[in-house]
Amino acid sequence: MRYMMLIYSQETESGPAPEDVERIQAAHHALIEEASRKGVLRGAQPLAPTSTATTVRMQNGAMLIVDGPFAETKEQLAGYYILDCDNLDQAIEWAEKIPTGCKGREGSIEIRPIPEMPGLTRGSQPPNV
Amino acid sequence: MSEAFAAALTCWPERGLPLNPAAWITAAAHRKIIDAARRERTRMEKQDSLLYETPTAAPPPGAQAEEAELEETAMHYPDDRLRLIFTCCHPALNPEAQVALTLRTLGGLSTPEIAKAFLLPEATLAQRLVRAKRKIQEAHIPYEIPRPERVPERLGPVRTVIYLIFNEGYTATSGSDLVRRDLCAEAIRLGRLLNELLPDEAESLGLLALMLLHDSRRDARNVNGALVTLEDQDRSLWDRRAIAEGSQLVEKALRMGRAGPYQLQAAIAALHSQASAAEETDWRQIAALYRLLLQMNPSPVIALNCAVAVAMSGRLEEGLEQIDGPAISGALGNYYLFHAARADLLRRLERWPEAAGAYRQAAGLATNQVERDFLERRLRELSSSQTDDARR
Repeated sequence: MRYMMLIYSQETESGPAPEDVERIQAAHHALIEEASRKGVLRGAQPLAPTSTATTVRMQNGAMLIVDGPFAETKEQLAGYYILDCDNLDQAIEWAEKIPTGCKGREGSIEIRPIPEMPGLTRGSQPPNV
Repeated sequence: MSEAFAAALTCWPERGLPLNPAAWITAAAHRKIIDAARRERTRMEKQDSLLYETPTAAPPPGAQAEEAELEETAMHYPDDRLRLIFTCCHPALNPEAQVALTLRTLGGLSTPEIAKAFLLPEATLAQRLVRAKRKIQEAHIPYEIPRPERVPERLGPVRTVIYLIFNEGYTATSGSDLVRRDLCAEAIRLGRLLNELLPDEAESLGLLALMLLHDSRRDARNVNGALVTLEDQDRSLWDRRAIAEGSQLVEKALRMGRAGPYQLQAAIAALHSQASAAEETDWRQIAALYRLLLQMNPSPVIALNCAVAVAMSGRLEEGLEQIDGPAISGALGNYYLFHAARADLLRRLERWPEAAGAYRQAAGLATNQVERDFLERRLRELSSSQTDDARR
């Protein structure tokens, strides 16, 4: 079953310290390489910072367009992985390898199952990342 | 006892919890038959539980035959019980769900029984179980024993659940029943099961010891619905067999040299239980154990207990000073036991008006009628002491 790992991180003005940037990128590359090799990678992307976000909201039957992310929270969505795992324990083991300091400070990974939609074919080839 | 204590002092900081897979595999292979009635009930329960994880994502139609076969192979009892324990206590489930599931599937308690034990409406309990099972299904929490490397970290939540069940039975959080024995007995049974299935785990031994030692005082602790403190308890009412077993278990655990919080708390309980009278209590050793415990777990509540032990070891004022320090008083202002402890020390120091004030604060914060009655009784006793003083 596919799981989406949502990476939440606290955004700082300057981003992560220079020495951390390399370490974080290396960790992501290693993870992507390993997940591809094992045939479980279904997607992975970093997201541009929340300063670039726009939110579209339905309110009172009208469409509202607002600058900024969905909610002003301390930790914000920084990126995601989609991995095909046998069960939650496996998903947790992968999630533990994902660095969360991408936007400046340590953060959290939310693991969400992607429900199977019967009748839809799932891509079995990992995308070219 | 002192030999085991010395071992704990020298060994615990270096080693973590080593796993001995060979030990649990061999032990699991030589299992005693668990109480037949319980087994039958649990087996029947598992038929309606959703804890089976079949290899494919969704159960195929005609899964009946497959499940029946699984039932047969599931007669390898210890493995199956281990799977249940680890699944029910999976950290991806919230603690209330873990407790409810464990009691339902391993404890053989019915939903109404669990609801009654936790003073919750049956519908609430039922919902909790439904949501927990749904989470297991939809997130694919596996029905598996974790990999050996993962077992140590997964044992923590299992022990926490068992201890939560015990505590719920030991001290009701609301209402006037101080001890709900069924839950305590259930928790102890689960503790025994855990030690049987995964032997030689020092903290699991410590947990069982702790529960046995606390439970040994049940007849003396609550007399005619009134709370009796450790100091005032009729020690002839203590369950000597439980004390002997608990003491033996904690010594065995400490000798493994992997001291942990449950073992230390059990050692403290054992020291209390070994005193034939309150005055014989070895408060100095207890204070030393609390200091060790504080290093492992720097919580204000433990600091409070440590300060009380210091006070009781003949250093009343020093203990009080520690209690009034920012580390404890700053964090525990809304905790009734903090005020009760202060009140008690002030009472021993014969500082009546301050003691009265503290008892009043404690009574106002207590969540249990029995404890509230006790504090108010102390308050009344105080005013008679004050009057006696005034008369002198």
